[in-house]
Amino acid sequence: MTQEFKGTENYIATDELRVAVNAAIALQKPLLIKGEPGTGKTLLAFEIAKALNKEMYTWHIKSTTSAQQGLYEYDAVARLRDSQFGDAKVQDISSYIIKGKMWQAFESDQQSVLLIDEIDKADIEFPNDLLLELDKMEFYCYELQKTIQAKTRPIVIITSNNEKELPDAFLRRCFFHYIRFPERPTMIDIVNVHFPDIEQDLMEEALKVFYGLRDIHGLKKKPSTSELIDWIRLLKLGKNTKDELEGIDYIETQPPYFGSLLKNEQDYDHLIKAKRAAQNTFRRF
Amino acid sequence: MFLNFFLLLKEEGLPVSIGEYLNLLEALNKRVTAFNVEEFYFLSKTILIKHEQFLDRYDVLFGNYFQGIQLSDIEKKEIPADWLQKEIDRLFSEEDKALIDKIGGLDKLMERLQQLLEEQKEKHQGGNKWIGTGGTSPFGHGGFNPEGINIGGDGGGRSAVKVWEKRTFKNYASDVELNTRNIRLALKRLRILTREGIEDELDLSATIQKTCKNAGYLDIEMHASKKNRVKVLLFFDVGGSMDPYVDLCEQIFSAAKSELKHLEFFYFHNCVYESVWKDNAMRYSDRIPTFEVLHKFNADYRVIFLGDATMSPYELTALGGSVEHYNDESGGIWLQRFVDKFPNIVWLNPSNEYYWTGLPTVQIVKQVFKDRMFPMTLDGLANAMKTLKGKKIAH
Repeated sequence: MTQEFKGTENYIATDELRVAVNAAIALQKPLLIKGEPGTGKTLLAFEIAKALNKEMYTWHIKSTTSAQQGLYEYDAVARLRDSQFGDAKVQDISSYIIKGKMWQAFESDQQSVLLIDEIDKADIEFPNDLLLELDKMEFYCYELQKTIQAKTRPIVIITSNNEKELPDAFLRRCFFHYIRFPERPTMIDIVNVHFPDIEQDLMEEALKVFYGLRDIHGLKKKPSTSELIDWIRLLKLGKNTKDELEGIDYIETQPPYFGSLLKNEQDYDHLIKAKRAAQNTFRRF
Repeated sequence: MFLNFFLLLKEEGLPVSIGEYLNLLEALNKRVTAFNVEEFYFLSKTILIKHEQFLDRYDVLFGNYFQGIQLSDIEKKEIPADWLQKEIDRLFSEEDKALIDKIGGLDKLMERLQQLLEEQKEKHQGGNKWIGTGGTSPFGHGGFNPEGINIGGDGGGRSAVKVWEKRTFKNYASDVELNTRNIRLALKRLRILTREGIEDELDLSATIQKTCKNAGYLDIEMHASKKNRVKVLLFFDVGGSMDPYVDLCEQIFSAAKSELKHLEFFYFHNCVYESVWKDNAMRYSDRIPTFEVLHKFNADYRVIFLGDATMSPYELTALGGSVEHYNDESGGIWLQRFVDKFPNIVWLNPSNEYYWTGLPTVQIVKQVFKDRMFPMTLDGLANAMKTLKGKKIAH
């Protein structure tokens, strides 16, 4: 194996993730990444491209995306229109074929990274329509009457938020990794990567508040890494000190910029309720 | 050499295939990772396991196979999650911490916990010695970190054994087969495609027609693309005998919500009477008169009742038969009103079809619904959708 992914200066990859990525690259299989929102699923593909110095193609999936759009689209209406004016390029059908992200990635001379982002957003049959394309890395273009084959098999990273279950046939063709929520030591590394000059005691306090929030049962949207990073950025901009984060009970006092951690009104109510209940239980002792 | 391990996984019901096993061998052959057990664990996991719900089972089996850890040991050590995940969010106070120190630190606490677990055979509530909820024993508080109690993993450390002993993915494991996907596919049959809204698609035949009329000069005609515009009313039976089916109903509901754009849902208890409700938390304060529902929605709505139709016969046939209030008209009359109003109506019954004949109320409901009662199996669901689709209704 020539190249190996080890994480980058901006992205901390656990051993587990590193093994998964390298196995997928070596065996030329798509890698399916799942995990809580905000754990850096999408970012991973960009960081692989950066670390291995590869070109990057991103295909964002929406509810209306069809598999065909990733391959190519044929603009018949434009061709019809041009035929009215006797345009010479009408003769060449290929000038009306718009290449999709997969085709672009297939065409690239160097091995590239192809990110299929949030595949679960698409129609339930969408993954099944891509089976052959991902397996053989080729597809047939009817308009041109030829098979498009990848010059070099791209590294395919697929992310999913679990909104829909993916079909078994599709899963069998992928490698799978579930990004767990980072534990404290990993999180400290991650924060240090983003804020190399952060005061250690401020970080300690911030993490305490953060993990305290995550320990509350029943929150709809637990704060995740990206929320923590945003929050610390705000704390640093506002020149807040660790004293402001100490002794917060959430009932009377809130941490500064609390809205960037908890983004849901119902969660906020739930938090206050939970804290009140905890207070009352203590009193009984 | 890993064939036995692979067969063990298959035997234990993990969905692994030969292709994946060959991939694993290929990866080992290509020396993707260093040769140590931790890297092998990561590698085999990423190649063989494709869903987070199986990760926990995999961790157990991996540990079992490569370390000889007895399965039963792990199960025994584990504390039922519902003891711990009580909604009271207790955090340790200073007093608690002092208490823990007095007992001899966390390690001691764990030891004692294990000891108690072995003595104790049943789930326990209250009291001051046994582990349970609501008591004053130091164990089993809601705030106690469940992972902390899981004896297998004592946290931190890079030792390979600990990674899978921790069983971090326990929460994703579920004995219930996840079949939302199947339900969705069944619901897809309930598709009525119509052209409405923005004209965003080329109408080929009209374009050709018009272009010909235009002496060969292009005249483009567009029309709206086909979309599923089926409209559905969903009535859920809640409470009482329906409790065992809550999960199933939730699955149907979440699948229906994402598959069907025009979906309205209501709740009832056992049988529909004068009113239904939309929010289960407000079932007594915020009710909607059933007549309003009957008048508001056109006959082109497809109606699904979801309930086990198991109740006392009086609830269907007699005045004042409702278990909750005095009803002026019998439940049967109300059901009949729905059947009369909506030509496309079905009743989905989550209980086992085998028992239906023995239950008088199921028979009555089935009769009112003109035999359109279906079990909540995939086949039943597919048939129900077929029945619901029916013919087009002019209104």
